[in-house]
Amino acid sequence: MIQALVFYVFAAITVASGVMVISARNPVHAVLFLILAFFNAAGLFLLAGAEFLAMVLVVVYVGAVAVLFLFVVMMLDINFIKLREGFLQYLPIGGLVGLILLAELALVFGSWSFAPHAALSVATHVPDLHVVTNTDALGRLLFTHYFYLFQVAGLVLLVAMIGTILLTLRSRPGVKKQNIARQNARTKETSVELRKVPTRGGI
Amino acid sequence: MELPNFSLALPEIFIALSAMALLVLGAFRKQEATQGIAILAIITMVVAALLVPAAGGNRAETFGGMFVVDGFAVFSKLLVLVASSLCLVMSINWLVKEKLERFEYPVLVLLATLGMLMMISANNLISLYLGLELQSLALYVLAAYQRDSGRATEAGLKYFVLGSLASGMLLYGSSLIYGFAGTTGFDDLAKVLAHGGIPVGVIVGLVFVMAGLAFKISAVPFHMWTPDVYEGAPTPITAFFAVAPKIAAFSLLVRVMVGPFGELTAQWQQVVIFVSVASMLAGSFGAIAQNNIKRLMAYSSIGHVGYGLIGLAVGDQVGIRGLLIYLAIYLFMNVGTFAIILAMRQKGRLMEGIDDLAGMSKTHPMMAAAMAIFMFSMAGVPPMAGFWGKFYVFMAAVDKGFIALAIIGVLTSVVSAYYYLRIIKVMYFDEPKEALDRGVSGSLSFIMGVNALLILVFTFVPSPLVSSAGAAAASLFGG
Repeated sequence: MIQALVFYVFAAITVASGVMVISARNPVHAVLFLILAFFNAAGLFLLAGAEFLAMVLVVVYVGAVAVLFLFVVMMLDINFIKLREGFLQYLPIGGLVGLILLAELALVFGSWSFAPHAALSVATHVPDLHVVTNTDALGRLLFTHYFYLFQVAGLVLLVAMIGTILLTLRSRPGVKKQNIARQNARTKETSVELRKVPTRGGI
Repeated sequence: MELPNFSLALPEIFIALSAMALLVLGAFRKQEATQGIAILAIITMVVAALLVPAAGGNRAETFGGMFVVDGFAVFSKLLVLVASSLCLVMSINWLVKEKLERFEYPVLVLLATLGMLMMISANNLISLYLGLELQSLALYVLAAYQRDSGRATEAGLKYFVLGSLASGMLLYGSSLIYGFAGTTGFDDLAKVLAHGGIPVGVIVGLVFVMAGLAFKISAVPFHMWTPDVYEGAPTPITAFFAVAPKIAAFSLLVRVMVGPFGELTAQWQQVVIFVSVASMLAGSFGAIAQNNIKRLMAYSSIGHVGYGLIGLAVGDQVGIRGLLIYLAIYLFMNVGTFAIILAMRQKGRLMEGIDDLAGMSKTHPMMAAAMAIFMFSMAGVPPMAGFWGKFYVFMAAVDKGFIALAIIGVLTSVVSAYYYLRIIKVMYFDEPKEALDRGVSGSLSFIMGVNALLILVFTFVPSPLVSSAGAAAASLFGG
């Protein structure tokens, strides 16, 4: 009973904030509604027993992607009113494309069938999900059966990082930077110079 | 859960750890350590090359069947390591002369090589993709290494966008194969497909995977990026592009086609034949109008890919042996030619025009002789190794009854002989406008000399290469 209630609350808020994302006039508000939608979707995942997906949704999508969107929206001066022009004009075509996609999805789900050997080869590695939580199960798979792939993926990310730094980092001489050690190492002798100023002479 | 057998992947683990150690070393010692790091990277590759045969000549799998070692892998890995280390040797001099010393360069070459070794040993669609991506990502960055040059950044961006598209196609194909066959492991795929009743989805997926891999070896119709990227990328990187990734992607293609999809030979054979013929034609006719030697080498490499694919199209042990011999000879011809291109300087500037070679026979007689050897070899003139490379591939095709394929190969070789011989004519008979700089660096002359010698000697001592390639091909079919 409570579960159903919670589900409807999360679902309703998700759908409502989804609508607000595309209809909000202020792009910053749109991104904030997107974050709300992510949070409620995470709640839905929790209800479904997929707590790992819920965590990833919050950590990755809210923590990184949505905040990045927010930064982009706030830093770049994009004229969203201009982008929105002709919305009604494209509505029929867009609606048609949406309907076609919906029909295709319905067709696919209607005739879904697994390859005969698929279940066999998948089931061999997955721990019993009645005994362990799915985060635990994923971790066990990732660090045992997929250990090699996990390490290679790490190397791929390392290359991405090296590449980004190599292609964008420039050492610019002549830029004034704060060097705390040098500041602290300054003494009176190195920074203050006492001069005898003759009357009416100047330096 | 017992531990996987790490010793099979010893060369890969060694390279990965060294690359990370060199990265840390570079971060502390800054750019002046570049030369030292490059030398250490070369030593790493040499040590890895010594570890490769020790890691396993017999077929063995590890990491839950994701990683396989066999005679074929050992042969291909040795070729890749030789190619990468020779390219790095050529790069050191270039980095110093162009004042582009950055320690990330040797590290990225090392990581790209690591990706290639992983590709060669891939025994699962996921490990195939990750190895390929590790390799490609490092290569995209290397293509744009000269970031202040417009052409290099254009080359890098073009390669990145088109390469990502190819990776996407490969992934799409893999997902179809997984969806219809229910597994990503090559061994399981072979078992599932051996039952017969192969769904159409698997064949569609296979074609997509082939398209992705054809892009990586720059076979027609996925070759459009090659001339632009080869021209724009820095020359030592172009030399690297032209050999190492192609050998790795070729090995991967062979392993995928012969291993899990061996049952579908009739289906993929026609695709490979088309790609092979189209590559031979595009390579030989496209190069005729080129005046930039790097573009010419790009078209030449497309043509060579076509000849190599004949070996795969034949699809039996003899064909794969021919392909491996071809790849090995291709490696030495190409590295040697690029060493000469890197030595073409006028007043310190690198030259890339074919006209700039004029009069080289008078100013640099030895270099001109080496270039003549490489060009004759690429054209397939008999005493040189290049002739034997083509010979083994064409003979395999004729034995299996692919006579039309062999005839097209011979005809396109004749067409391509035109532009290889044109280079020799320019070097020996044209009057120079401006002479090339004297004083070629020791490492470049060494590479030219050794490669020219290897190409001449092969005719008299062919057995080491031919027998090891034969053993490698046999290991692929033995299991």
